Amino acid sequence: MSTIKINIVSSSEEIYSGEATMVYATGTLGELGIAPGHTPLLTGLAAGPVRVQNGSEEEAFFCSGGFLEVQPDLVTVLSDTAERAESLDESEAIKAKEAAEQELANKDASLDYAKASAQLAEAVARLKTIQKLRKNQ
Amino acid sequence: MANTKEVRKQIASIKSTQKITSAMEMVAASKMKKTQDTMLEGRPYSLKIKDVISHVALANSEYPHPFYEERTPKKACFIVVSSDKGLCGGLNINLFKQVIAKSAELNEQGIESCFALIGTKAAGFFKSVGGQVIAVAEKLGDKPNPDDLIGLTKVVLDMHKNGDIDQAYLCSNGFVNTMTQQPNVEQLIPLAPEEKEESTPTQWDYIYEPEAKELLDGLLTRYIESLVYQAVIENNACEQAAKMIAMKNATDNAGDLIKELELLYNNVRQAAITQELSEIVGGAAAV
Repeated sequence: MSTIKINIVSSSEEIYSGEATMVYATGTLGELGIAPGHTPLLTGLAAGPVRVQNGSEEEAFFCSGGFLEVQPDLVTVLSDTAERAESLDESEAIKAKEAAEQELANKDASLDYAKASAQLAEAVARLKTIQKLRKNQ
Repeated sequence: MANTKEVRKQIASIKSTQKITSAMEMVAASKMKKTQDTMLEGRPYSLKIKDVISHVALANSEYPHPFYEERTPKKACFIVVSSDKGLCGGLNINLFKQVIAKSAELNEQGIESCFALIGTKAAGFFKSVGGQVIAVAEKLGDKPNPDDLIGLTKVVLDMHKNGDIDQAYLCSNGFVNTMTQQPNVEQLIPLAPEEKEESTPTQWDYIYEPEAKELLDGLLTRYIESLVYQAVIENNACEQAAKMIAMKNATDNAGDLIKELELLYNNVRQAAITQELSEIVGGAAAV
């Protein structure tokens, strides 16, 4: 059976590296299944599980978002370490600016809300991964 | 000649300093191992994202990204990575010297500079030198979180998007080995296009889901962020290595100083004894 190389990395560590007969991931536009020899594809990843199937073995990883690159013989998953919401990016940028102005960043309500909602989304996605894993067992 | 009490006091004070520096040396040595591990752990991501970016650069993309676009430069931004704490020899100063030199060089070509600073030392330095500071990220600790740098990077990238800056440079110390740290000033934006290999088939492009623009924007932003993050953790490893060496030198110097002072102390003591003896002998002879 032909296999495809898969690398899963996050910015602080290498999560998985190996061969797979099939890779399943949650793209921003829906579930993806990647078999060896797939056409080149670049897509965003939503929070959810990435499953790596090699023959009868299967491993699952939680990925909280990021990017997926597919070459015919290679899959690369660039995972984010944390849930990234646009609003959160914005608030981080504001924080850096405020630090430049030597001001103490005031934690306003909108920032907390963005953080909380991002954490919630991640928690839900984590739960999904765990539930899927349970079902498969 | 100094009296024995003074010399003894000096020796005691240097000894206590030596104890501190040798303790700091040991702390730095153990932290150095950790920061080097962190640096190595971060490497796979930066290598992989670099691979992806070079694939993307080879693909015949329908959307040329602004990060690759060469504009006539009017203003440049320096992202300066420094340590939060001092006592690490010339590590930060050597880097700042290079940044200032590069900034002066650009100034001659009529290009203005502004600064985005990481680390307390850079913030302090550029505050005293004067210069337009657009963003600061401080106190990231020994194990910086990539998320802490998002804000700073976004400020710089937004300025690039709005046309406020045309170039960005990443300035940080590169880890060569424990003894050597190399200050680097590298061009971040515009990204240098990868050299295309002759043999590669050129007419292919990715399937983009959802949109090429959205994806490449996200991916290249992530790429820049990863470069900045990698620079920060590498700088951390440099800081601990430099600190260890600086503290080792301080401990050695303190040892030398103590040796010299002990010699002086013995000389002074001997002289005092000789003098006392000769006084006694002289006194006895007079009687």
